[in-house]
Amino acid sequence: MVRGETQQDPLNAFITLAEIPPRAPGRLSGITVAVKDNISTRGVETTCGSRILSGYVPPYDAHVVDLIRNEGALIPGKTNMDEFGMGSSTENSGFGPARNPRDPERVTGGSSGGSAAAVASGMARMALGTDTGGSIRCPAAFCGIVGLKPTYGRISRYGLVAYANSLEQIGPMALSVADCSLLMEVISRFDARDATMQDRPYLPRLDGDIRGMRIGVPAEFFGEGVDPAVADRVRKAISVLEGLGAAIVECAMPSMEYALAAYYVTCTSEASSNLARFDGVRYGPASDYKKPWHEAFQEVRMQHFGPEVRRRILIGTFALSAGYYGKYYGKAQVAREHVREDYSRLFQEVDLLAGPTMPTVAWKIGEKSDPLSMYLADILTVPANLAGVPAASVPCGTVQGLPVGLQLTGRAFEDELVMNAAYAYEQGVKA
Amino acid sequence: MTVPIGMEAGSAVRETAGSGLAAVEGGRETVIIGLEVHCQLNTESKLFCGCSTDYRSDPPNTHVCPTCLGLPGSLPAMNRRAVEYALLVAKALNCRVADEAEFARKNYFYPDLTKGFQITMYNRPLAEGGYLDIEGDGAEKRVRITRIHLEEDPGRLVHMGTPDRPRYSLVDYNRSGIPLIEIVTEPDLRSPKEARRLLNGLRTTLEYLGVFDGDQEGSLRVDANISIRGSERVEVKNISSYRGVEKALTYEITRQRGVLRRGQKVERETRHFVEARGVTTSARSKEQEHDYRYFTEPDLRPLQVRHWVEGIALPELPAARRERFTAQYGISPEHARTLCGELRLAEFFEQMAPCGNPLLAATWVADTLQGELNYREMEIGKVPPARFRELLGMLCRKEVTDKAAVEVLRRMLDQCLKGEEVQSPAQIMEKNMLGKTAGDTFTGIVREVIAECGDAVRDYRAGRGEALNFLVGQVMKRTRGRADPKELTRILREELEPQGT
Ligand SMILES: [Zn+2]
Repeated sequence: MVRGETQQDPLNAFITLAEIPPRAPGRLSGITVAVKDNISTRGVETTCGSRILSGYVPPYDAHVVDLIRNEGALIPGKTNMDEFGMGSSTENSGFGPARNPRDPERVTGGSSGGSAAAVASGMARMALGTDTGGSIRCPAAFCGIVGLKPTYGRISRYGLVAYANSLEQIGPMALSVADCSLLMEVISRFDARDATMQDRPYLPRLDGDIRGMRIGVPAEFFGEGVDPAVADRVRKAISVLEGLGAAIVECAMPSMEYALAAYYVTCTSEASSNLARFDGVRYGPASDYKKPWHEAFQEVRMQHFGPEVRRRILIGTFALSAGYYGKYYGKAQVAREHVREDYSRLFQEVDLLAGPTMPTVAWKIGEKSDPLSMYLADILTVPANLAGVPAASVPCGTVQGLPVGLQLTGRAFEDELVMNAAYAYEQGVKA
Repeated sequence: MTVPIGMEAGSAVRETAGSGLAAVEGGRETVIIGLEVHCQLNTESKLFCGCSTDYRSDPPNTHVCPTCLGLPGSLPAMNRRAVEYALLVAKALNCRVADEAEFARKNYFYPDLTKGFQITMYNRPLAEGGYLDIEGDGAEKRVRITRIHLEEDPGRLVHMGTPDRPRYSLVDYNRSGIPLIEIVTEPDLRSPKEARRLLNGLRTTLEYLGVFDGDQEGSLRVDANISIRGSERVEVKNISSYRGVEKALTYEITRQRGVLRRGQKVERETRHFVEARGVTTSARSKEQEHDYRYFTEPDLRPLQVRHWVEGIALPELPAARRERFTAQYGISPEHARTLCGELRLAEFFEQMAPCGNPLLAATWVADTLQGELNYREMEIGKVPPARFRELLGMLCRKEVTDKAAVEVLRRMLDQCLKGEEVQSPAQIMEKNMLGKTAGDTFTGIVREVIAECGDAVRDYRAGRGEALNFLVGQVMKRTRGRADPKELTRILREELEPQGT
């Protein structure tokens, strides 16, 4: 298997290129839908961007893969990503970073960077990504495409290799809102195998009519760390929405202060448990069975997990430890509850929240070397995951030639409203 | 009754009323025992997937799927039947069922664990605060149940090589995901015998509920907490049989007393029971430092169990059946206790009771049959009820003596054991000439033959031994082979004695 940049895949958008099957009928007939490499595909290697899953070929399809195959979608391959979704740039991939189609020296964003690059470069018309703390919206913003993180419980996670179960959702990515909405419609079919899923399929309603819609703009979305040029671009986009008949309401979201910490404690804790199964016994690189099992496990995990994954496993293990649980994991859940309360309070006043998806545009590959500055980039996207509400990123112009994303967040199970506002903006800008 | 929950062994335990136990028994310190009992629930499919639980006779790793193998991306789906079974147990053990129970992850590494964690319940179990009445060392005793929860069974390791020279281990995941119920008792038990009785009581109750099959290998596993009052508590893990519990606890009491006698302190530790040698050995201290990092299982929703349990009806339980047996059939409380102590025995008795004499049936099932079964290490399930009923019928009608009936029963059971078709008691009696009239019948035929075969009789009396064989053959012909040739030879000899004719 050739990996890294190739003539076929100069952006390293894919980890595995698949053979495209003959055309089949359905609502996605003949449409290429790239699939992020943490979504299980029967018979096609699924690595999650990690060396520890090299050679793992799932014996089953994820529910969403079943659904898109049944609608005639063609899967061109499995897309590059930060290892197990842990990153915001796709630089943490075990198979080399993906490159931004707008500027190959820059990151795609992450962790669904390969999916975004594949769509933005035209290698696939649509893509499936996953979003734990912004992993669909961030690369959508950086690569200039549309991405939706659906309401928690709206898409089956069956077959999605878990990173942080209580936060993540699979979601659609595409060049246009209409394509993104179509893919969302296909993948939202109910699946009893995911106990956290609700039977509330997505019913698209793209009329672009947002007259009378109330859109809140929290001051914190334009706070410290947000590039003024990006802020300016997004404010202009919000005024477009106003021009289309929406009422803009200035508001506050004080829980933003704790959101990032609550997010990182929660996701690393869950990850430390989810990733325990990678021990070299059942799949992936085999552990040395001549050694005592605990030594053999340690060896496999040391050798084949990347540094960011090891760091997050350590943080999460610590956060759940006896004596620290209350101080970290317990407290994070309280903070998470505050975020939920903030949203429900705000959503009594407004129908949507708007702001930038990312505080900056795509940075250069290798530019951010310390993990903390990378974590800070997630500040605007993680609140939606903590609360389980839907949020989309729609392209709203560029800053120095690099795309900027407008983030629209809605009430739980109002993904339709979020997408309709995104559609209104998209059409409004075109007009 | 209200009970304090979560009491530590070794602290002052309030004695159950009427147990009459003092701190010192027979000059020895009080032994304090609490049990954690794990039973496999006999649902058709596993706890979180659709795989069949009927794996014991199948090759390794044939009852598996992405979920019970813990493959990346798999998710647990709740088996509602398992929850119902566990709620039945909670209700039968008089527990308070929680409004909402919640699954949690218990994180630890082990090769038999597919996900690196076990899905269990931690601080929000299904039910708490129940009890089970057992026969105590003194009077009847109430053992308090601390909590009941559901969890998944891990896989099974098969070690290759010898215990001294282990080579490698193979893993069989057929067992992975089998539903387990964990029942934790308060430290209310005072002797290994009481512990054994509690287990028997639990087994009987669970079998009456139809949620457990105690005959299945590995269906029961027990961890015991044991201390001698005033000393540290020791946890003994890895006990997997009813007899093992008594053995492990007896060994451990002797060991701890020995330590104390030598003026040393009993260390708080975890020990493993080695069934083959009947001893407990200290587990490596590392294992005691386990921090399981429990947290709520994010892939499952909390279970609304209080409401659920209200709709669940209990079948008749052992205590109720004992009372009914004494009232309905007029049998003794002792017989009722024996019969109801095992579900299949109680059911077998009820099939026999209509024979007309329930007292006779009770004696024959509870004493005679039980004794013969124990001697043969045989299960009651193997005994054909129809044949046993025929035998009881004959006893009722006095067509067979007690002594002969025991003989018939033994032959019936031997036929069962050999896997032969079990003959009717009448056939067995006739063939073995156990009946009151059978001998006479043959004697009549023998006399006929003697009267008709004068030549052979003369030859025999003249000392020609082979003539007897001819006569035996003639009788055999007329009895169509039902008679035992040896027995016939004896009767013939008697009849041919000069004074007999
Ligand atoms: Zn299974």
